[in-house]
Amino acid sequence: MIVIGVDIGSVATKGVLINDDQRYYLMAPTGWSPRQGARDIIKGLMANCSINRAETDMIMATGYGRVSCEEADKTVTEISCQARGISALYPAARTIIDIGGQDSKVIKISKAGKVSDFAMNDKCAAGTGRFLQVMATALGMDVSELEEEEDPEQTIGINSMCTVFAETEIISLLAKGKSKGGIIAGLHQSVARRVTTMARRLKAEQDIIFTGGVAINSGIKRAIMEELQTPVTVPEECQFTGALGAALLAAENLMKDKNST
Amino acid sequence: MYQNNVEDFMKIREVNVMRLKEMKEKGQKVVGFYCTFCPTELIIAAGAIPVGLCGTKEDPIPAAEEVLPRNLCPLIKSSYGFAATGTCPFFHFSDLIVGETTCDGKKKMFEIMQDIKEVHVMELPNLNKSGPAFDLWVDEIRKFRTKLEEKFQIKITDEAIREAITLVNEETKGVKKIADLNKMDPPPLSGIDLLTTIWSRGFNTDRKEIIGMLSELEENIKDSTQVSGEGENKGEGKRESEGEGKGKGKGKDKKKTRPRVLLTGTPVGLGSEKVIRLAEEKGGAVVAMENCTVYKTLEMQTDENCDDPIIALARKYINIPCSCMSPNPDRIELLERMIEEFQADAVIDLTWQACHTYNIESFAVEKLARKLEVPYLHLESDYSNSDAESLSVRIEALLEMVAGK
Repeated sequence: MIVIGVDIGSVATKGVLINDDQRYYLMAPTGWSPRQGARDIIKGLMANCSINRAETDMIMATGYGRVSCEEADKTVTEISCQARGISALYPAARTIIDIGGQDSKVIKISKAGKVSDFAMNDKCAAGTGRFLQVMATALGMDVSELEEEEDPEQTIGINSMCTVFAETEIISLLAKGKSKGGIIAGLHQSVARRVTTMARRLKAEQDIIFTGGVAINSGIKRAIMEELQTPVTVPEECQFTGALGAALLAAENLMKDKNST
Repeated sequence: MYQNNVEDFMKIREVNVMRLKEMKEKGQKVVGFYCTFCPTELIIAAGAIPVGLCGTKEDPIPAAEEVLPRNLCPLIKSSYGFAATGTCPFFHFSDLIVGETTCDGKKKMFEIMQDIKEVHVMELPNLNKSGPAFDLWVDEIRKFRTKLEEKFQIKITDEAIREAITLVNEETKGVKKIADLNKMDPPPLSGIDLLTTIWSRGFNTDRKEIIGMLSELEENIKDSTQVSGEGENKGEGKRESEGEGKGKGKGKDKKKTRPRVLLTGTPVGLGSEKVIRLAEEKGGAVVAMENCTVYKTLEMQTDENCDDPIIALARKYINIPCSCMSPNPDRIELLERMIEEFQADAVIDLTWQACHTYNIESFAVEKLARKLEVPYLHLESDYSNSDAESLSVRIEALLEMVAGK
């Protein structure tokens, strides 16, 4: 059985192709057209595996751009996909903290690996990857450099919740000659606090897995662990867990159809 | 076919605007109201027509924001905006507007609305289980009676109030029968049809006509569900053989219908039905709405044998389980019963932006849903469509949760 899961996010599009027990991963920036972004990933995955569309049994799309993916046979929300992907990788996982480019969410999973509850923030950029990107620009850095430069010992609390005001706050902190590393640690704390409030409201249980593009930043992981006072695991493929879940759900769908005929 | 009946309800607003115009020209008095706390029986007893006022559409909100703060409940902004822009015909025809001190936003808005048209504000107490609060409310209803008598230069007799009580009781029973039909699986009415029927009736000038329309709709639904019940079985058999032909084993589980969603929270009407629409587009069936515009008051009957009809009215109205009451255990009790009786698979709790009372009470609703092990989703939104995508992800995920259970 060959299935593809494609997760079309606001910043990056991620794809996972499963050919029996082999998994192939591919990621690229979504760009201005989620439709084209998804098409490129699907084509890329099939080319890498020398497989054509006819040989692919099912394509499942997820993420905010799922409805614009023309190649998809089915769509499913990223909430169900994350739960499916993570429970395949970590059967003991009960909570997922996912921070992407434009939203953050907390998903609770049952012992059976199903979503039992979730909460989501996508009303504003605060607490998302977008927030970090804007702040990195204000600091004259690339978002990927933040984790190396942070100085948690000297954390400077950032009070503004709003991305626009936080940017102004940072500029004035810099003008006052405050340490850059301390400001960065404060930014990480700010993102972590937003998502951990949501996690506590949902009564997050261990094991806690942290996914999404922002999970690459070890400073955020550190800040989340400090806030929750519990260990948090970041999967190696932290950006692909949604796409992996989509592919696994596609496979399940095919099995169900087979069984019922 | 009961779809025609639903369409008749949809036309109520249009038809009644013309009717009201003609009646007004002949000297008919009209009293506009916003809320289920308004004792419409007194208005009927005064020989006036009670009409619901507009407040469920986004259009007049920008105009309202010239006066009211942006960060306010859209229902209040819309209500005021319709009045201020002169775009609600029912407001236009009203001789008097009735308001109640339900929430802070509304009572302060009514102060400003006075500049447009006379608003009679009733002081609704917030502690509905206390003796002094009840006495205050009785007094407020007596004052309203006097207000109507003075305004229209008439005398409202106890006899007339009793007649109006019987009429409104009968209408409420009729509405409840319609809403309760959706306890069936599958539900005969879509959420949108249910809302159209129950919400639109408030705009009708003739209560007796509404009672007739409701019972006709009920009969037709009952007839067609019996007929199509048989038809459906045949249809399903057919679908199955087709399915075999295609090699896809769909519909093997006959009981598996669309997830049954119960909506609760802030008031919804046509124009602010987006959550119902989204839930149904994504494959759910909104079988019931606890919201005050639909089911919240339907079990409530005014005691027809009480010596003092004003006391009887006060007793009914003060027990409406609105979140402006503190504490408000009756709402949770009603919800618990509704979740069971309507066999809800999921609960969606909708809060309009800046409605503190419903927003905070969502904590208690969530606790109930957890106790009953029903998936629960709290949504905060306004009348705009700007958050349609983020709402639909949540609603879809909720429905996937139900499907995966």
